[in-house]
Formats: sequence, C-alpha cells, structure tokens
Amino acid sequence: MRYHTPSSFEEASEIAAAAPGITRILAGGTDVLVQLRADIVEPDDLIDIKRISGTGDITRSDDGGWVIGAAVPGVSLSEHAALCADWPGVVEGMALVGSTQVQGRATLTGNLCNGSPAADSVPGMIAAGAEVSVVGPQGPRRIAIESVPVGPGKISLAKGEIVTAIHLPSRGAQGGDAYERFIPRTEMDIAVVGVAVNLRRDGATITEARVAIGAVAPTPLLVPEAGAALVGSTLDDASLAALSEAVSAACNPIDDKRGTIEFRTHVAGVLAKRVARTAYDRAGDAK
Amino acid sequence: MSMMHVNTTVNGDEVEFLCDSRETLLDALRDRLGQMGAKEGCGTGDCGACSVTLDGRLVCSCLVLAAEAEGRQVGTVEGMAEDGGTLHPLQRKFIEHAALQCGICTPGILVAAKALLEQNPDPSETEIRYWLAGNLCRCTGYDKIVRAVLDAAAEMREDA
Repeated sequence: MRYHTPSSFEEASEIAAAAPGITRILAGGTDVLVQLRADIVEPDDLIDIKRISGTGDITRSDDGGWVIGAAVPGVSLSEHAALCADWPGVVEGMALVGSTQVQGRATLTGNLCNGSPAADSVPGMIAAGAEVSVVGPQGPRRIAIESVPVGPGKISLAKGEIVTAIHLPSRGAQGGDAYERFIPRTEMDIAVVGVAVNLRRDGATITEARVAIGAVAPTPLLVPEAGAALVGSTLDDASLAALSEAVSAACNPIDDKRGTIEFRTHVAGVLAKRVARTAYDRAGDAK
Repeated sequence: MSMMHVNTTVNGDEVEFLCDSRETLLDALRDRLGQMGAKEGCGTGDCGACSVTLDGRLVCSCLVLAAEAEGRQVGTVEGMAEDGGTLHPLQRKFIEHAALQCGICTPGILVAAKALLEQNPDPSETEIRYWLAGNLCRCTGYDKIVRAVLDAAAEMREDA
C-alpha cells in the first residue's frame, strides 16, 4: 500500500486518477482503516487529504452559509456554537456517529462517501439542501448531497474525483432542522430508521420544507412529497398525518434482524412527525 | 517494501521510528516505541482500549496509521503520572475505588477520562457514561469507574 500526503486537491486528484488499483481517500479513517484492518478492502493507494490546507476548517461563506472542510471531525462541528445555532439537525446527525473516539476523527464527507444507507449525517445534509464541491480530471464541480450515494457502499464520483468540502446554505430567518434515528439501545448503534426535517416558517405557517430519510432504502433519500405535505400548514394533525404517510410510502427497506420491513416503514412515519415538531419549534425560536 | 520514516511527539518527547505504511499508531507505540500502555482489544475502533490523544483529540490509535502521526502530538497513559511517579488524581482514584479488575481497558479509560475532565471539569454521571460509551470494560460493570471519575473530578476542582 502506497501512502500519499498530497498538499493540494489537484495533486490528490492526479494521484487518484493515475492509480492503477484500489484507491481510497483517508480523512478520519473510521471506515477506511476498519476495512483495511478487517481485510475487507486493502487499498493499493491511500491518499491522506489532511495535509491539504483548509481541509480542517469550518468557514462562513460569502452568502452566509458554511463551508466544512473534508477532514473536519465530528467533534469540531459539535464545538462550533454558530454552526450548531444555524444547523442543529446536521450537527446532531453527525454527533450520533460512533463513540467519543470516533467523533475525534470521523468526518461528514467520510460518512457521505462511505455510502452507507444508514449514514446518520446524510439525511440531515440532504434536508438542509447541502452540496459538495468535487475536484477531478474533468475540473471542479458542485453537486447536491443526494446525488452522491447511489447504492450501499457506492457513490457517483468518477475515478480521480475527490470531495473537497461540504457546503451548507445560509440558514436565513425562521428556519429550523432536526434529525432523529431509531436504534434499539441509547448509544453506539447503527440507525434502523433515520429521519431529517428542515423547514422555514412565516409566523406559524410553514413556507418551505425538505424531508430526508435514512436506513430505509439502498441510499438515504429526499422525499419531496413529505416536504410538500408540510408546506402551507401550521403543523396541524392533518399535515402531520400526510407527512407520515408520505414518508412511509417512500420507504423501501431491507428485512433483517435489526428491523423488519413493516417495522421500519411504520417507525419512519412516526419519527417523521416527531422530528418535524422539533424542527418547527426550532424555527420558531430562531429570529 | 521500503519503510516509512516518521517523526512525532509522544507525551512531550520527540521520537522517530520506521514503520510499514499499513502499520497503526497503536502498533508503532507498542512495538517501535516500547509504550505498552495502549492495548489492542478489538482492533476496529469499537472497544477504546487503545485510546490516545492526537493533537489533543481523543482517538482510537488502532484506527490511526502510524504515518499519520508525523509532526503531531500523541498523548498516552504513560504521560499521565508526573516524573518521579506521582500518580494523576484519576489514577489514584481508580485504585481507591477499585475501578479496575483485569486492567486491559484501564489505560484507555484513563486517557479518555482525562480528556473529558480537561474540557468539562464538572461532568454529571450521565455525561461521564456517554463520554466513556466507547470504552468497553467486561469486569467492573462500569459503576466503580464512573464513581472514580466523579471523585477525581471533585478533587481536581478543589485543587484548581
């Protein structure tokens, strides 16, 4: 295994594009190094991006949004008061990933690019309308989070392409987001169902809403019908019932010992209502 | 395969070693540098027995490549007692409360608990239990560990 420490993403992309065998990008390593240690994937080339300037930074963008470097660990998100105030749902999704030790290393970008259907940070980023910037042989591009995962362990990036940062939009007035998951214990587990809601209010009325679900389909999903069920409502019982129905209808889960199809589908609808209430309250607390 | 040359700092001391590109920081600490405190339990980041700090962040050293430590600051359980052997309050309280039996998890838990108290000198029992959720102990049932951390924190606040 060749271990590379490029000093720019262009250099990293050139190494990845020219690499003949299995290539992995190393940020926090909490998936890549587990796969290496467990003899699941031994890369021929491992490209550590942490020496690239800016990869560990959280910065406010010109439009009032946030740019989160590809190597920013979860703990740095949780410690960032202004980011937590703007996007508590995104941060709480990431904070659910693993232990304190894992939080010291694991990244949003890694959680996305590992391609797990149950990745806890991904529904929150999709609901937020986040994007990733990518560099590659065809030049830089910026794409929606939901276009990255295409199946369990599979992402849409081409050979030589590398995610450089996550972009969260400007929070704006009266917005709130939230994420919750179901697990059979209180800590340190993989989501059986995860739901994220991001919405905006005008007074008591919801004017925009995005809903995303995790662990109930081959990839985390944006559910436009679920968002549409909330818009124009004051989160009354009828809109919550419509939300719940839309979320359950979008589920296409596996059946395994951690949750049956029926259970996951039902719980997704229940969680969606709960998470929508939290997002709604947070939007009301915001100025 | 040619070995990689790594310069790093362990418990304040500058050290250098040669390692394989696939070698973990845990293996380098134990096999190259003779620092046997960090233990290998699971080797996949689940048990926390290999906990160390890397630039002040608590991490599993089994999920850090030795080469990643280049130019960084590593902290292990060997750095907790003062020169001359005076134990850290956490170490003393672990003995007082009998917060260990076989001892395999203890170095990792001490490093993790120290990292907690550095950022939160007055944690609640719940905060301690969540913080240490990534440190598995199959002997104690955790209760004595939590009590020892609470007691050490109280003593350290008095002395501060």
